[in-house]
Amino acid sequence: MDRRVSFDSNPHHMEAGPESPWDEGVAHRSFSPLIEDSGPRPIGHGEALEMADLAVEEEEEEEEEEQEEEEEGGRDNPAFLARQSDDPGSSATRETNPLVRQRWSAATQRVLCSMPSRTMGRAQDAIISRYCSRSEQLRLRRQTQTSIRDSDRSARPSIRGYRMEVEPEEEENKKEQLVTNLQSLSAADRMRMLRAMPVSMAEKSELRKLACNLKSGLPLSHREVSCHSRLKYCTASALSAWSSCLSFLQSLQLWQVALKRVSGRFGTGVLSYFLFLKTLLFFNALLFVITGFFLVIPQAANPPRHEAGNASFTGLELFTGGGYFTHTVMFYGYYTNSITNTSYGGGAATRHSTYNITLAYFFTIGIAFFITCIILVYSMSKSFGRSFRIYKSQGNLAVKVFCVWDFKVIKVSSVKLQSENICTQLKDNQQKASSRTVSSLQWEARMLALPVMVSAINLLLPSFFNIVAWMEEYDSPSVRIHVAIFRNLMLKVNVLGVLCYHWLGRIAVDGQSLSLECWESFVGQELYRFLLMDFIFMVLDTLIGEFLWKLFSQRVLRRKRKPVFDIARNVLELIYGQTLAWLGVLFMPLLPAVQIIKLLLLFYMKKASLMVNCQVARKPWRASQMSTLFITLLCFPSFLGAAVSVTYTMWTLKPSSKCGPFRGLQSMFLSGKHWIEQLQESNPSLGWLTWVHISLVENPIFLFSVAGIFLIVTYFYTQVVDGQRKIISLLQEQIENEGQDKKFLICRLQEAHERKHTVSPRRRQLRSREDSGTD
Amino acid sequence: MGTTASQLPKDLLSEYQELTFLTKQEILLAHNRFTELLAKEDRSSTSQRVPLEKVLTMPELKSNPFRKRICHVFSTSEAKDGSLTFEDFLDLLSAFSDSATLEIKSHYAFRIFDFDDDGTLDRGDLEKLVNCLTGETDDTRLTPEEMRQLISNILEESDIDKDGTVNLSEFQHVISRSPDFVSSFKIVL
Repeated sequence: MDRRVSFDSNPHHMEAGPESPWDEGVAHRSFSPLIEDSGPRPIGHGEALEMADLAVEEEEEEEEEEQEEEEEGGRDNPAFLARQSDDPGSSATRETNPLVRQRWSAATQRVLCSMPSRTMGRAQDAIISRYCSRSEQLRLRRQTQTSIRDSDRSARPSIRGYRMEVEPEEEENKKEQLVTNLQSLSAADRMRMLRAMPVSMAEKSELRKLACNLKSGLPLSHREVSCHSRLKYCTASALSAWSSCLSFLQSLQLWQVALKRVSGRFGTGVLSYFLFLKTLLFFNALLFVITGFFLVIPQAANPPRHEAGNASFTGLELFTGGGYFTHTVMFYGYYTNSITNTSYGGGAATRHSTYNITLAYFFTIGIAFFITCIILVYSMSKSFGRSFRIYKSQGNLAVKVFCVWDFKVIKVSSVKLQSENICTQLKDNQQKASSRTVSSLQWEARMLALPVMVSAINLLLPSFFNIVAWMEEYDSPSVRIHVAIFRNLMLKVNVLGVLCYHWLGRIAVDGQSLSLECWESFVGQELYRFLLMDFIFMVLDTLIGEFLWKLFSQRVLRRKRKPVFDIARNVLELIYGQTLAWLGVLFMPLLPAVQIIKLLLLFYMKKASLMVNCQVARKPWRASQMSTLFITLLCFPSFLGAAVSVTYTMWTLKPSSKCGPFRGLQSMFLSGKHWIEQLQESNPSLGWLTWVHISLVENPIFLFSVAGIFLIVTYFYTQVVDGQRKIISLLQEQIENEGQDKKFLICRLQEAHERKHTVSPRRRQLRSREDSGTD
Repeated sequence: MGTTASQLPKDLLSEYQELTFLTKQEILLAHNRFTELLAKEDRSSTSQRVPLEKVLTMPELKSNPFRKRICHVFSTSEAKDGSLTFEDFLDLLSAFSDSATLEIKSHYAFRIFDFDDDGTLDRGDLEKLVNCLTGETDDTRLTPEEMRQLISNILEESDIDKDGTVNLSEFQHVISRSPDFVSSFKIVL
């Protein structure tokens, strides 16, 4: 009885009763200024919609939450306790419970609309105030970094990293504050901050004018920069010059139009294949430039005297790489182990320059591989960093819905297809709670047999894997893709492993028995043949195979759709070709040039075949994760394997005694070692290099300690990541609690407003009751 | 086409380079494309507006289901009719360019998806978003039951403070989990 009375007059029925700290009167008083204050803002159409939507949302959330509460047992909050309707008799509580209200009042609505979390994305002044505080933070950070020495005003450690609290002011003051902050930043920071502000161009232009105009009036002393910041300025300008150089290279716009057409029709997934091809082109160009400048040109300028170039040029050399080409600058055997002496200039001003081909060969290959390794590891780590997430939260549906639309696709049919794919995906998601005798032309032609066979295997086995995969059943399409990639990868790794063993383990060691004078040239020729055969088979596969498959699938299988471009298989082909190139650069310095030509032709061929034969894939391709995977595959099995083989060759294998720049030495590596050792006598100023080499590079203790430090640092970073995961889950819980608080406050505001408006009818009711009582 | 009136003055060009993420070539190309959209008699003045219908004839926007929202978000017109000046057009291209930051892109993506312009993505916004994604034809639309379930799932995953809507911070948090967003949210002229 008592409860029912209090229920009528106090709609928000508090089970906790008078002991609760959330006293009605207190809440009412604190909200009244808000209600008076909320100015006469006209409710737009959008806001009116929100009223109804909010109410519906609140109702549904309420139902969800009440279910949650029954499971969790409630929290220590009177609002929650109040909601638990453990009074079975009051089934009417649901309807009259204010949190399930059908209509929010205007005042509540206004307060709701002007909450910072809602205006942040929309209103100009909210954005400006947000960037005001952000620029303040940046300014403080920069000040404490640069002016440590002149620590007169703000370098106190207590302020470092703290947000200076700006008093709540109006829009104009915030703008002035922002302008002041912008002035005190450096030009580069100011530009970056202005660019990153999501406001219109007119606003940005105005801010920029204000910031620049006022800045020019500052006295000179403020513009003095300390030595430390001048150094930073120099490094920053050097970095910006380097990045502008890179952007110039990008703006050369190699294949820009072609790539746009491909992405416009097929989307980002297929585009990633062509971008990967472009990346490989860059690697090969770098290799070509290095070997060209340091090896090919010096040796070509000083041809060895006694080379017997007896063979004449016939067409077959283009395929076998032998014959006429054997004794040219293309292969290892041509290079001499001499120190070339060139003298130029005439008369009294003749100058001699010596060039040690042996050392040049050794160091060029070493440095080329080292640079490639650095670039690969850097791009792999950058790509990995972009796709690694510390906190693996459950479910991917929201991510999929918000990020799935590919804005680059512009062709109408592709757009329609994309929509269909998305629909299918979303529906699926719902249904689920995936080796001689005489060197003759004939013998050379027979050498082609091995590459042909290997290329045929590389071509046919992946198709066989596809058929097998079609028979198997997988949980999800991504599992299918990963299994296909893994199978192809294993095939290629095995093929390359066997070939390496065959070349380095048998031919190199046993060269004499095969009557090979120069096993390195022979291995180089083999690699050239493999690369070429690979290319020819790819051409045949693209021109004939894909075309035939399209005809087959359309006529015989009567499928309406054209075949799909198999991204994974094609990328693995590229990686395989690149591995061959890296393996062969030691034996054939011009191999990168061959690879460059091959990649250029491949680009146009694949693009043409794509446009004619293929159609957009049904399943969308997770481009960035796949790019990470491909770069990782390029680095790990491919580059690492090639580097290990080359290192093994240089370290252990005995070079041929009759040809090449390392003839006469026990191993290629010894050339460098001998040079370092005799550096002491020949050039005393570089003696420290010898000391460095002996005590660091050849000292196992140094290497062990470096490895140990590296492992310790890695362990430290994994611990940091674990800690961050814990913090993230704590913060999520905290945000959820804040959300509850917000809802609670809005509801109390609503009640307070209602009580103000319903007090008159109630007074009338009471008065009528009194009147009836007295009567 | 080559008259001085339709060329960009140098100081404006450098200002645009500083304030947007576009390179010089991209700005000049944008200028060419924009002047093509203007009627012949308007080409001489600099702050002309191109009406919404003309902007939507561009091939990059023609078949995009979000084309109208994109124009409305970037338009600074008083009449809220979605017409764009050249500076609005540059803002658009800058947000959709290669070098724009994730934060700018996610901010504008949020505003594009906020169909009722109330600062949050509530159920109505999400429903309209899913309908845009799945296409206009009847056989690709989701049933009301599926839609309700889908939106509940989305809200459950992305609404951290459980207020029934996805605000900007929550949206940006969801976006940061996807490494593909930056490459998908691109329009190149």
